[in-house]
Amino acid sequence: MTCTEFLALLDDLIDDSVTPKMRSELQQHLGCCDHCVVTLNTTRKTIEIYRSHEIYDLPSGLRERLHAAIMARCKKGC
Amino acid sequence: MSTIQPIAAELEPHPDVALVERVRAGDVSAYDELVRKYERQIFRIAQHITQNREDAEDVMQDAFLKAYQKLDQFQGNSKFYTWLVRIAVNESLMRLRKRRTGKTVSIDEDVETEEGSVPRDLADWAPDPEQNYTQAEMGRILEKTIKGLPAGFRVVFELRDVQGLSTEDTAEALGLSVPAVKSRLLRARLQLRERLSRYFRRGKSRKPAAKEPSAAKETGAEQ
Repeated sequence: MTCTEFLALLDDLIDDSVTPKMRSELQQHLGCCDHCVVTLNTTRKTIEIYRSHEIYDLPSGLRERLHAAIMARCKKGC
Repeated sequence: MSTIQPIAAELEPHPDVALVERVRAGDVSAYDELVRKYERQIFRIAQHITQNREDAEDVMQDAFLKAYQKLDQFQGNSKFYTWLVRIAVNESLMRLRKRRTGKTVSIDEDVETEEGSVPRDLADWAPDPEQNYTQAEMGRILEKTIKGLPAGFRVVFELRDVQGLSTEDTAEALGLSVPAVKSRLLRARLQLRERLSRYFRRGKSRKPAAKEPSAAKETGAEQ
């Protein structure tokens, strides 16, 4: 397996949607390619970081204000 | 028995179905629950597309009001949240269109120029790269980094990786094919990884966030 082939299947590996046979081929490639090991680990870390730091979060005060505005209009039939 | 359980779970109606039915029967408090459940996610999607806080606030309100008014048109073939995201995406694009005085705006914008392979920064990251930055600095780095991607990539990444939607639901919500979602997700992940490498690579000395160049400039991204 080449690095390009590995990269094409990177998402399936991260999302755990590969067959056992494919997983074994990917693992075999990882065993001899440090670059792809780094790519896999840092891509996983990228996802983890974005999941744990919720950017564009609504501050609670603003959230309550917007929520109240939406519900007031719904109660009036919009 | 273990083989039967997943099938039973799939047949279980989604909790939103009962809430939607209550709203249709005139119970506004059930809609209050739906709004509370999804308002933060809808705000984030709107912010990813419009890149403007005030627009995102307006989009969030308009999307929930429109969904309320059109609830009779919701077929129930898709999940309520998927349907709601679609409304929010359309509202966000309309908002962008207004800002650009009628110029056509689509979720595919900029995506076509992003074809081709992503260069790879092959340096490994520090074991716990986040410890070099405060929470506020991390927020700025992550916002700056994702802003360098086309809107069509940002939303796919947000829905799939941050909010945890399936590929199929993401495709439905955005009106894209499943292969298009998969292709964008891969490129979004690789581009974000590449850009974050500049901050998190092993041996990277910490710099004040204010002095760091923009992520787009650093990677030469086409904007």
